[in-house]
Amino acid sequence: MNYQPKFDRRSFIVASAAAVSGLSVGFHIPFGDEADAALSEPEVNAWVVVKPDETVVIRVARSEMGQGTLTGLCQMVAEELDCQWSKVTYEFPTPGENVARKRVWGDFFTAGSQGIRSSNQLVRKGGAAARMMLVQAAANQWKVPVSECVASAGTITHQPSNRTITYGKVASAAAEVEPPTDIPLKDPKDWTIIGKGLKRLDTPDKTQGKTIYGIDIRLPGMLYASFKACPVNGGKIKSFNAAKITGRKGVTKVVQVEDYGVAVIADSWWRAKTALDAMPIAWDNGPGAKDSDESIAAWLKQGLDSDDGLVGNKGGDVKAGLASAAKTVEAVYAYPYQAHATMEPQNATARYTPDRCEVWCSTQNGEAALATASEACGLPVPKCEVYKTFLGGGFGRRATSQDFVRVAVLIAKQMPGTPIKTLWTREEDMTHDWYHPVTQCKITAGLDKDNNLVAIHYRISGQSILAGVMPARLQNGKDPATFSGFYPGGEEAAYPYTVPNILVDHSMRNPHLHPGFWRGVNINHNAIYIESFMDELAKEVGMDALEFRRKLMTKHPLHLASLNAVAEKGDWGKPLPAGSGRGLAVAMAFGSYVAACAEVTVDGNKVKINRIVAATNPGYGVNPAQIERQVAGSFVYGLTALFMGGIDVKGGRVEQENFNTYQMMKIRHMPKVEVTVMPSGGFWGGVGEPTICVAAPAVLNAITAATGKRYRTFPLRKQGLTLV
Amino acid sequence: MLHLTINGTSHDVDAEPDTPLLWVIRDTIGMTGTKYGCGIQQCGACTVHIDGVATRSCGMPVSLAVGKQITTIEGLAQNGTLNAVQQAWIDHDVPQCGYCQSGMIMAVTALLKKKPKATDADIDRELTNICRCGTYQQIRAAIHSITAKA
Repeated sequence: MNYQPKFDRRSFIVASAAAVSGLSVGFHIPFGDEADAALSEPEVNAWVVVKPDETVVIRVARSEMGQGTLTGLCQMVAEELDCQWSKVTYEFPTPGENVARKRVWGDFFTAGSQGIRSSNQLVRKGGAAARMMLVQAAANQWKVPVSECVASAGTITHQPSNRTITYGKVASAAAEVEPPTDIPLKDPKDWTIIGKGLKRLDTPDKTQGKTIYGIDIRLPGMLYASFKACPVNGGKIKSFNAAKITGRKGVTKVVQVEDYGVAVIADSWWRAKTALDAMPIAWDNGPGAKDSDESIAAWLKQGLDSDDGLVGNKGGDVKAGLASAAKTVEAVYAYPYQAHATMEPQNATARYTPDRCEVWCSTQNGEAALATASEACGLPVPKCEVYKTFLGGGFGRRATSQDFVRVAVLIAKQMPGTPIKTLWTREEDMTHDWYHPVTQCKITAGLDKDNNLVAIHYRISGQSILAGVMPARLQNGKDPATFSGFYPGGEEAAYPYTVPNILVDHSMRNPHLHPGFWRGVNINHNAIYIESFMDELAKEVGMDALEFRRKLMTKHPLHLASLNAVAEKGDWGKPLPAGSGRGLAVAMAFGSYVAACAEVTVDGNKVKINRIVAATNPGYGVNPAQIERQVAGSFVYGLTALFMGGIDVKGGRVEQENFNTYQMMKIRHMPKVEVTVMPSGGFWGGVGEPTICVAAPAVLNAITAATGKRYRTFPLRKQGLTLV
Repeated sequence: MLHLTINGTSHDVDAEPDTPLLWVIRDTIGMTGTKYGCGIQQCGACTVHIDGVATRSCGMPVSLAVGKQITTIEGLAQNGTLNAVQQAWIDHDVPQCGYCQSGMIMAVTALLKKKPKATDADIDRELTNICRCGTYQQIRAAIHSITAKA
């Protein structure tokens, strides 16, 4: 049972896999003039192709960067299609095709833990419509009423006569059936594919080096480019001396990229890279060069008491509440820049001719990549195309800015007709990221004489992501996303507690480094501010941290259910030896209710995380096995940042350039993570990001429980703490 | 011209002798399963076997690989049968983005060849590859499933 997409002179299959399941998955990367060469024909509808051999090809618009959306979306289509899961394979439609077909696949944007939740209706209806058309085609063939026919596991049965026919036999006829307009979906209680911990579809290729990432694209006649931008964001090129590297073996051309970058094109990437390293370049670093960690921190500190606060959540009268409190408690926290450090450095391959521009790349946002290519080369969108590959990590780096596409297109445009792969070095990638924003937070709380929390003011000072990447999304100058985790209610990231007088406001201060979406985004630091300080308050009044929270959570039953789950499973309240401690954290993030209970042992400056118990309620859980793995992995991402991360700025430059100075958790640091997936149904929450935000505060609270010492600035390496 | 033997096949390649083996494998020969992650032997995404020893190919001049048996991720399966590590990776659905997993599988294959009953302490000490998705828990479980049978 082999499936290969259509191959013709315009197309190019760069990899195929004999999967262990017996299915062969062809990953088809076209190289040519017609976008529709990317798609195998005929289709039942935009989502589903059934081959004569019964192979079901499901088209997946969202990007696969490790989060498992590819498999989850296929499960959702297959559920409504009623096909055999073992026959399912996949392909990626192109953004150009989506535009040409009036965005039949919806949004390609894969970020904000939205891959499953925001497209669930669209993809399920796609599968259901295809099933209805297949059944109608069978009924037409048998000349019987469609109401007498049912579908199951890829076979249609005419119930009165017990005649059967398979999907593959009627797929061509089904393509001619009028698409239904009324498309009922299954009741969740009838799901048999959604909700199952099925194996990922992309695993076999990934164990054999067969998966094609952007960096792996190879095209006939392709050359390679190495690229450098001004080391200070916003700076420019003053001059470069191409004559110094003229005549080096394999070097084809030196090209400037706008006013901020330069690239060397050669017949191998190593030759391009070493030539670029050998070429003298003078930079005009621009105004950003005066920024440093100290200057940024000082500027943000002023924002902790300034009168420019943009209000994100306001209830009661916090000023009066604090004034009348029996006791006030105050603390200041700070969270640093973080780099994404996707394992696959930024890259894209582009071929430009005066009539057409094509780009092959790892992107979280195919349509943004297409728009970027069009803008960069000057050709209209219908003359451009983007072919998406698998991503060697995304974490938000490849979600908004498509700078890697822009640079690749601008380089390729200077050698029309020649495909050029532009690959950034790790150093270029790490020093030209769109960083997790830098913020500080001053928290002032008021307690009444009975130790009830009666007022709380969170003043956030620091960088706005939306101001940096999507200024059109600001609302009267305010970045609503800054308040993630602090919202008074809603479906995305509601504050877990009820406090009669509350104010959350933001003094926006945007240093010169680009901010960006970084797995978990704003709630990463907000959850530290909320949950670390909750423990500070509990300690202040001498209460157990769980009991103190519970008192404030009576109106937040879903938050509380997740917190209770980790407290119980995590042995909260049970004795521990001296030097060990447990910590809790709870949040609602990306629509899911998450909590963690961490247990650590601290020996001098060495922190050992013994165990983390995590819980998530994502509403509906499409693939619980994958959810567990996403949750476990999210702790690695969050705790790496807490202990080892932190980007430093000096003279406007990012100081960390590679994994020797920007270190990563390794297997020896990995705590045991026990995950409870507790879907309550009724809503669609995200998975890839939510739990990352409870990782740091749970561990911080555990460290304090173990040592009595409270840490409020990060990363912890700067406090002398080492994760072992 | 340099003469290399990769996965049992001979290749004559045009490259400067100090070119890292990684780039000769990926760009000159065109086998892309071996990955570039850092270029400074920190992350292990580029791990291959040189005469059976796990080696970070981004830091190895190609001239030093001449005359040696080079094995890449593409060379682990024999006659279409995956090796025990690859199969355990499938059984435990280890990869997420998968980018580091070629190097991870090469490192684990070499470790288990040396120490078929590798303990957790062995794993912690010798497996220093970076996985940004954080698949470590699944990696450990997959290794345990192999050592339990050794």
